[in-house]
Formats: sequence, C-alpha cells, structure tokens
Amino acid sequence: MNRYPLWKYLLIAAMLFAALLYTLPNLFGESPAVQVSSARTTAKVDQALQDRALAAVKTVGLTPEDVLFDGNSVKLRFKDTDAQLKAKDAIQAAVGDDFVVALNLLPQTPSWLTKLGGKPMFLGLDLRGGVHFLLEVDMKAAVDKSLEKTAGDIRRDLKDKKIRYGKVERVRDTVEVQMRDAETVDVASPIVRKLLPQLQVLDVKEANDNKIVISFTQPALQQLKSDAVKQNITTLHNRVNELGVAEPIIQQQGEGRIVVELPGIQDTAKAKDILGRTATLEVRMVEDDQSKLTDALNGNVPDGFELMNDRGHDGQNRPILVRKEVELTGDNINGAQAGFDDHNQPAVHIDLDSTGAEIFRQLTHDNVHKRMAMILVEKGKGEVVTAPTINSEIGGGRVQITGAMTVADANDTALLLRAGSLAAPMNIVEERTIGPSLGKENISKGFHSTLWGFLAVSIFMVIYYRVFGIVSTLSLAANLLLLIGGLSILGVTLTLPGIAAIALTLGMAIDSNVLINERVREELRNGMTANMAIVNGYKHALDTILDSNVTTLIAGLALLIFGSGAVRGFAWVHCMGIVTSFISAVFISRGLVNLIYGYRRRLTSLSIGQIWVPDSKKA
Amino acid sequence: MELFRIKHDIPFMSYGRLTTAISLVTFIVAVFFLIFKGLNFGVEFTGGTVMELRYAQAIELGQVRTKVDALKYGEAQVQSLGTTTDVMVRLPNIKAKTSAQLSNEVLDTLKKDRADVELRKVEFIGPSVGDELVSHGLTALALVCLGIIVYLAIRFEWRFAVSAIIANMHDVVIILGFFAFFQWEFTLTVLAAVLAVLGYSVNESVVVFDRIRENFRKPQMRGKSVPEIIDNAITATMSRTIITHGSTELMVLSMLVFGGPALHGFATALTIGILFGIYSSVLVASPLLLMLDVSRENMLKPVKVKEEAVV
Repeated sequence: MNRYPLWKYLLIAAMLFAALLYTLPNLFGESPAVQVSSARTTAKVDQALQDRALAAVKTVGLTPEDVLFDGNSVKLRFKDTDAQLKAKDAIQAAVGDDFVVALNLLPQTPSWLTKLGGKPMFLGLDLRGGVHFLLEVDMKAAVDKSLEKTAGDIRRDLKDKKIRYGKVERVRDTVEVQMRDAETVDVASPIVRKLLPQLQVLDVKEANDNKIVISFTQPALQQLKSDAVKQNITTLHNRVNELGVAEPIIQQQGEGRIVVELPGIQDTAKAKDILGRTATLEVRMVEDDQSKLTDALNGNVPDGFELMNDRGHDGQNRPILVRKEVELTGDNINGAQAGFDDHNQPAVHIDLDSTGAEIFRQLTHDNVHKRMAMILVEKGKGEVVTAPTINSEIGGGRVQITGAMTVADANDTALLLRAGSLAAPMNIVEERTIGPSLGKENISKGFHSTLWGFLAVSIFMVIYYRVFGIVSTLSLAANLLLLIGGLSILGVTLTLPGIAAIALTLGMAIDSNVLINERVREELRNGMTANMAIVNGYKHALDTILDSNVTTLIAGLALLIFGSGAVRGFAWVHCMGIVTSFISAVFISRGLVNLIYGYRRRLTSLSIGQIWVPDSKKA
Repeated sequence: MELFRIKHDIPFMSYGRLTTAISLVTFIVAVFFLIFKGLNFGVEFTGGTVMELRYAQAIELGQVRTKVDALKYGEAQVQSLGTTTDVMVRLPNIKAKTSAQLSNEVLDTLKKDRADVELRKVEFIGPSVGDELVSHGLTALALVCLGIIVYLAIRFEWRFAVSAIIANMHDVVIILGFFAFFQWEFTLTVLAAVLAVLGYSVNESVVVFDRIRENFRKPQMRGKSVPEIIDNAITATMSRTIITHGSTELMVLSMLVFGGPALHGFATALTIGILFGIYSSVLVASPLLLMLDVSRENMLKPVKVKEEAVV
C-alpha cells in the first residue's frame, strides 16, 4: 500500500533534476568583463566593432577568455580585474565616444547550461553593491515649463501673422493674451486654436478686458505629465550611458516616480551629480535700456524681466536685465561638444535641429546689435553662461558658446546638453548606496545563516526521528533545491531579505515534516501496524499542513502586494517557499518513505525514534 | 527518544483565568510602551539619511559624533554597528541640501579627520515616501487579518477565526511593545518579520484547532466536556508545537548570530514572535474559544454536509 506508481517516482526525479540543473548556474560565480554597447542610434554594434575591440585588446597584450556578442553589446571576459581595467581603457580609446565601454561582471555559467536557459539569480543591489535612486518628477515645474513654452509659441505665431497683441502672460495655470479690442480677439482666437488644438481656448470679450485665455484640459494635463516622465526616463538613459554602467535599470514607478539602479558603480558622487542635474539651455534677450536696469537694481524689477548676473571674462559679476520670454530651449539641440574658440578659450559647440536653426536665424536677424543671453538653467535657477552682442544673422544652426569657463566646465556643460534636458526637474526621494565590499559580506552572511541553521535543524531531526529524520532532512534539502531552482527560472532578483526568507522558509517548512512524523508516531502509539501508521499519518497531517500553509500564504501575498523594494524580495521568496515546501513535505518525503518501507515483505517496525506509550494505554 | 512523556491530558483550560490575566497584563504593558515610548522608526519611515562607515582601525564614537555635530545638521545620531570599526550616522532631512551633498559633506569632514574611513552604504529617504510606507504597511496588516479571518471562518467557524486573530494580534502588539521598550530600530524588514510572524503564528493556532475539530468528531470523545476536549487537543499537539517552533527558532537564531547587522532586527522580531507564538496559540486562542462558547454543534453541522457530499 505504501508504493507510488512508477510515474510518481519519475516525476519526483524529473523535478529534482530540473531544480538541480537550474540551481547550478548560481554556483559558478562571476568573472570580470568589459561590455561595449552603442551610445547613439547611429553607432551600430556589429562584427566590425567586435574586431576593433579585439584588436585594441591585443595591442596591450591581452587576450580575453571569452567573447560574447548578443546583438546589443559585445562582452569580453577577462581573468582578473587588472586585465579588465587595462582592456577597458584600450577599447575606449579605440572605439571612441560613440560607444559606451563599461565594466561588468559576467556569470561563468558553462555554455551548455546557458543554452538550456540556465542563468544565475540576479543579485539585488544590497548583494552586489551599487546605487539605487528613487526620483520624483516635479510635476508642477513640468506644467510651468510647458506654459512658458506655450506663451512663447503664441507670441511667435501672432508676430508672424502680424496680429497686434498686448501682454502674453501666465496667470496661475493659464496663459492670457491681452487684446486691444473684441475684433482682434475674433481674429486671433482661430489662429491660437489652430496652433494649440489640444488645449482649451476661451475668448473673453468685455468692455475693458479683451483677452484669450488658454488652459490645459484634464487629458492634456495627463498627457503632459506622462510625457514628462517618459522624456525624463529617456534623458536618464542617455546620461547613464555617459556614465558607462553595464546593466542599469531605469523604470517608471507609480505616476510620477522613476527608479534608477546602477549596479557596480563606484563613483557615486559623480553618478548623483550627473543624474540629478536638470540643466537645460535657454536663449533669451537682454534688455540694454540703462534706466530699466537702474530701476531693477533699486529693487523695482519691471514685469516680464529678471535680474541676473553675467560673469565676464575677468570673473566679475555684472548685473544684466533679461527678458523672461524664452526664445529657444535645449529641446532643439542636436548635439554639443566641448572644444576651443578662435582665441583658444574653452567653448561649447552646439548643433541645433532644423526648427532650432530657423528660430535662431530669425532671432539673430531681428535683433542685430542687441544682446542675447545663453542661460544654463539648473534646478529652477538660471545662470548666464554668456551674453554676446549679435553682430549679424547666424544661420546654419551652429552656435558656439564661450564664457568664463574652464575646460572641465565646458565638458560638463556639453555632456548635459548632449544628454538632453529633463522635461521637469526631479528630486531624489530615496537613495541607497551600497559599497561592493558590503554586498559581498551580505552574501556570505546570508549564506552562513542558512547553512548553520539548516545543519542544526538536520542534526536534531536525525537524532530525534532517525530514518524519518533523514527523510525529513532530505526533503528539506529538496525544498531548498526546488526553491533556488524555481527562483532562478523565474528570474527573481535575490536580495538580503530574500536570503533571510530562504532561511525562514526552511525553518518553517520543517513544520510540515514534524507534523507528519508526530502523527505517524501517534498512530503507532495507538497500536496501528507500521504500514497503516504511514498511510494514516500522512493522511491526517495533510489537512493540517494545507490549512497552515494557506494562512502563511495569505500573509506572504499581502506582503507581495503592498511591499516595496526589500520587502518585495522577501515576499517573493516567502510565497514561493511555501509552495515548494508543500511539494517537498507531502509529495517528495512520502516518495522517500515509500521507497524505504514500501517494498519490504514484512514491515514490523519503523525507525522513527522511540515511541513512548503511556501506562494508561498499555493496559 | 521521546521528549514529551505526558501521561494525562494537562488541564490547560482550568488555568484559563490565570493565563488570560497574564496575557492581558503583558498586552497592556506593551500598549503602554507603544503609546508612551513609541517606536523608534527607521529611516525608511521617518525620512532622513543613514550612512554606514567603516574605519580600518578602531574609532571612538565620540570623535565621530563631535565631527558630525560640528556640521550642525540638526539631530544627528552616531551609533556603533556592533564592532569598534563600523559606525552608523543618521541625519535628519534638511530642506536646503540634497542627500548627495549631505553625505558627501559628512564623508569629507570625517575623511579630513581620519583618512582610513570607507563609505559602505548610504540610504536617503524623502519624507513623502515614509508616509506611504506607513499606510501601505497598515493596509498589508489589515489585509492579512481579514484574509485569515475569512479563511478560518470558511474552514472552521467564525469563533475559531476570531480567537485566532485576537491571539495573533496579541503577539504582534507584544513584538511592537518590545521594540518600543528597548527602542530598537523599527525598519521595513522588521515589518516584514512581523507580518511573517502573523502568518506563522496563525499556523500554530490552526494546528490546535484542527485537533479540536477532530476531537469533536471522534466517537470516543463523545462523553467529554468541551474544556476536556480542548485540553486533549493541546496535549496531543504539544510535542509537535515545541519541536517545530524549536526548529524554526534554530534557523532564526542562526540568522541572529551569523546574519550581521542587516538581519539583526528581522531575526529579533522573529525570535520574540515565535516564543510568544507558542504561548498565545495555546493559552490565548483556546481560552478565547471557550469564552466564545464553542460547542460540539458548531463543528458538527458542516461535517454532516461534507459527509453527504462525499457519499
């Protein structure tokens, strides 16, 4: 009666074999590698790139242990970090700025395992070291910025169409265009509507108040917000590429938040600096009317103007009055490089796109002999980089900015302009930096807790329950194998709380085994035959095991739904562990018991430790 | 070897009044500390910046503290992480500065003082995230309770569900009471541990309840009174209760010893939870069941239905 049909044994064997196969990749460790991927869409990663990289490595006398090409990147594996660093520099010099050359760690999984889909669990930042940021997009600023841009568009369009208008200004969440009379409103309104079809346009025609009021509709606002997040993610991608990170994670979380994880980054200060910066370039006109400037200096800044400081070549700040209207923004920038101007001063060369080039040509055409200001806006604060006088119309879309800057400043500015501007500034609301040494320590600590706990439990079980204890221990080991194999297949990210959950799952899983063993003992105590005791023991324990696992699973699922970050990692393993422990305690351990006891001709006793029968029952 | 040689059923239920009194007192004491001392919430909840530093050679905490205080960042905490070389610095949020600036400045200052300092970990949490975590944590707690009540009410009967959940909330409150009394840091992983304990501990009550139900159905138990039936169920499951909890505790102790500071709070919460879990599932849940007037009839009705279905 205690025999499984053959297929059940085979199923157990197949399960364990599969679990073992997918657990294996976790045991091979990782080796240093250099990863080359494309920084721009125009730069293709192909065989030619691989050859160039290999040639570059050869010139410095290194041979990679392995070369992998996966369509998006070329990875070269080296035997130690020294070789890795040398190779990185050599490759970077050879392939240039169009490619990102990053340090990475590659799993040393043998290729036959990889072909079967075996891959090690991805380690969370707390185990491998790196930086984690949670950034919140400042939606108010995104709306503000968009309103400013709308106001600028209206001005330009009305000017083009030669329609006279009064002030164009922002009033809270709307843009108001003042008009001389009701007739002009009638003329201008269709033009504005055509220009901004997705916005709500309202005509106001009152005795002394003729104006057009433009505001965002709810869907437009929603669209704006989601676009802002999307653009910021794209920009972050570009910036992270500039940093050279091998496997960055940049994801939207919730409505307005972005998670950035940069594994293995060492220079965290630089990462924070580059990611957090919201620099964008604005071109605005300078008001040279001396009386207005004097007024402003006396604390009476006229409407529509802003007082700023212009840092001249001599390093001294001169106050200048700048119009608030933005003529051109960094959105129209195609590229930016640091370099030098004709006087050998550090400069940033900017390429504008066609729209930008046209706006810039028109602007310089209209304003010859006036001054314009190139303003680098960061975190809502503008800084005048340079305020040159326009000598003649500038076409072709090539602009050079010079000013009082160092070579490093020029490089930074170029990088920020090139990587694109953020649609809205972002604030870091959560940040975690874990040094690589701490990550390694966390792995070994988690491993040791599990190991020693497992050993202690096993020793106790074997002493207390003898052969049944061995069965329990084996099924616990099978549980561990299934759990790790399963987690590897699912591609769950392992964190330190995840390792804690593995240990805890094992501790809790033994509960099912104890329930069964105690139950079998009890049946024996009540005078059952050995075979019947096994049958009834397992049967009666099953109900209880099911109930207790369901309640634990409820807690686990709640954690999975409401937990974030570390807790989620814990919850994943916990839930998965409940399922595997049920399989191993009920199915696998029974299989083992059946194998041991089911095929004996005359089974008289079970090795389950001493069974003590109270005197009252003996009688 | 048999550890538990119990000759007769232990009359647990006759101590009901005493155990309930003990539970009530510990519960009230825990609530008292929770209210008057409050939990020492971790940085995930309060917002702020935490830095973990390691020195190559031993360092005086006072020295670090003076340096950090000199920066005037408000109430900074400097703590040891169990060794003389590992130091944790906790700073409140400052509006004018980003966390990046904050941690860099602190590190620079400390580096000037002692060059052998290494930054191991920085954690910064903005204030809004913390509030969200609290509300999510409470929702999770409520959801777990509800889920368990519903499941037990279906599987057993509402009396069982109610007494199990009260017994387990009692455990949770006591764990929180310990954290409030000793002012241990209450972090997100501790919250995870508390919720895991909730699931685990209910598990315990379920095993006893299962036995009670079984006893109600057994013919040889027919003449017995309800307290006798419960006593028998508890006694019969006792060795299993102690052994499983002992095994789980072995695992948790191993985490406490080998897991390092990152797992310390987690393991501590579990240790307390497991110890009180044994007590509460036996001596809180079962007396409650009696108080709620559980009777044979409560359990027998669904059984009949079930049997008919099988036939």
